Amino acid sequence: MSITAKADPAIPAGSAGPLSKRRPFGDRGFQILALSAGLLVLVILVLIAVSMTQQSTTWFSTEGWSGVFSTDWDPAHNKFGAVPFIYGTLITAAIAIVIAYPVSVGIALLLTEVVPRRFARPIVYVIDLLAVVPSVVWGLWGILVLAPWLQTIYQDIASGLTGVPVLSTFFGGQGVSGASFFTAGLILAVMITPIVTSLSREVIATVPVIDREGAYALGATRWEMIQGAVWPHSQAGIVGAVLLGLGRAMGETIAAALVIGSSPTITTHLFSTGYSMPAVIANQFGEATVGVFRAALIGMGVLLFILTIIINLSARAIVGRSVRRARGA
Amino acid sequence: MMAVASEQPASGVDLREPGGWRRTKNQIATVGMWIAFAVMLVPLGFVLVTVIAKGASAISWQFLTNSTIPVNVLPVTYGGVGPAVIGTLEITGFAALIAIPLGVLGGVYINEYGGNHVLARVINFMADVMTGVPSIIMGLFIFTIWVLHFGYSGLAGSFALACLMLPIVIRSTYEMLRLVPDSLREASYALGATKARVTVTVVLPAAIGGIVSGALLAVARAAGETAPLIFTIFVTQTLNSNLFSGANTALSTLIFQNATQPYTGAQDRAWGSALTLIAIAFILMIAARLVTARFSRYSQ
Repeated sequence: MSITAKADPAIPAGSAGPLSKRRPFGDRGFQILALSAGLLVLVILVLIAVSMTQQSTTWFSTEGWSGVFSTDWDPAHNKFGAVPFIYGTLITAAIAIVIAYPVSVGIALLLTEVVPRRFARPIVYVIDLLAVVPSVVWGLWGILVLAPWLQTIYQDIASGLTGVPVLSTFFGGQGVSGASFFTAGLILAVMITPIVTSLSREVIATVPVIDREGAYALGATRWEMIQGAVWPHSQAGIVGAVLLGLGRAMGETIAAALVIGSSPTITTHLFSTGYSMPAVIANQFGEATVGVFRAALIGMGVLLFILTIIINLSARAIVGRSVRRARGA
Repeated sequence: MMAVASEQPASGVDLREPGGWRRTKNQIATVGMWIAFAVMLVPLGFVLVTVIAKGASAISWQFLTNSTIPVNVLPVTYGGVGPAVIGTLEITGFAALIAIPLGVLGGVYINEYGGNHVLARVINFMADVMTGVPSIIMGLFIFTIWVLHFGYSGLAGSFALACLMLPIVIRSTYEMLRLVPDSLREASYALGATKARVTVTVVLPAAIGGIVSGALLAVARAAGETAPLIFTIFVTQTLNSNLFSGANTALSTLIFQNATQPYTGAQDRAWGSALTLIAIAFILMIAARLVTARFSRYSQ
């Protein structure tokens, strides 16, 4: 951190007098410029909340709370209930996290505990590659290649599970489709793996060497060392990383819009078509030229914004605290 | 570390690797970690191979430069996606022009001027939170604040992408400035330089490698974004090289539209555009790596 917090070095210490107080205009101007650029972040966040809420008020005023939080979505008859989309967003994000969590933590452990540093670097490059593939390309691949292939697998699983009590509620059902909650969850899982991996790695890297060596000195195997020394230190941070991934999965738009199947249904059958909040905004915004329809879609954006901000705030707070505590210890 | 432990000569104590179930469990865990890596490689390899195989056959010089995007039923040999290539380059380029200077200045504020002040900490934290705001929200935001008043244009798309890039550039600049040792700043102050001069001529050049590489990565991410554009540029099929007015188009939005088309011509154009888009993103990413390797003086 710079030393500016304590004393402004532009004013040389000890030399009192008019000369030291005078700061050139350009110097002050640059500081103001930098400050306004920083403040822009806060301004944008506030403006997002204000302008989008303004544009969506007609949705809340015409539908009321009961209309907004209803399961009825029928734009032709002016029914704009958000529940199917909230449900789809949560379900797909949950599927994504359940898959991405073990994979990401596994890769993070591989990078920090198993692979020597010079071999870790190429693996990190590969993960970065994954992060740079655009969302729309995942969507294109998902709908044209993955979904048709998964369709037959889904059908086999669904027919194989008919009659099995718990599993058939999730993986059975009649309306099995290649574009479904589960396909969307799979694609989202791939897309959030890089960020969850890199954050988990950051958190795991803060585990003190003394703890690791202590565990090894007691005769622990590597896995026992991970259980005894790495977990207790990094559990909170990894929870934060997973939350952050959850936020990303919820807001992911284009890939979900292409592979989720685009039908606002609430069902426990993960292999059937569904919809999510960002997906419906992206798919139907072009048709939404009339007042309440557009207001409803923007309002859905407001709900999504609030949801992701809450998740991100708590995730960042958790990750930041656990990293700081580890560094301070 | 294992090696260190087992080299200690201590008679009477069993220092051999633990046998039986403990050892098996350790091996299972290690194999599990490698499987996790393999699980991640499968979709990546699958998507890259598909895009390259299907895209390569669509791409030609004519495909990239022809200024008419043909109707969906026509096969890929007709026309090209020139308008979308130009749109992507213009929109992303202008977004970078807005976001990079502002982002670098924001990072400078947090590290050089803010110090431990509450405001700097709040801005730093909120920039971090802002990186997690979904890109679709940025599109809707620019729609409500700009498009509703001034109409659709490439410029609006640039604004939306700039909103996405800004927090990323701020954060990466801040991380890089933190690595510049204070002794450099102190030496410059000792020569009587003002703070602005120290920042511009000493601190920023010292961190330039990391800053440029962070900015390039932000541009690479923004170039592939679709969601912020569909609300701001009002996708068109014709060439519009005027960024500041009228509907525009981009590779990402073209892929999004064509992905749901039943015609093979449209789908082939989508694959060709996908390969182009990935190539742009990868080139930016490789450039970022080269810059890091060549110019970074201080690293973590």
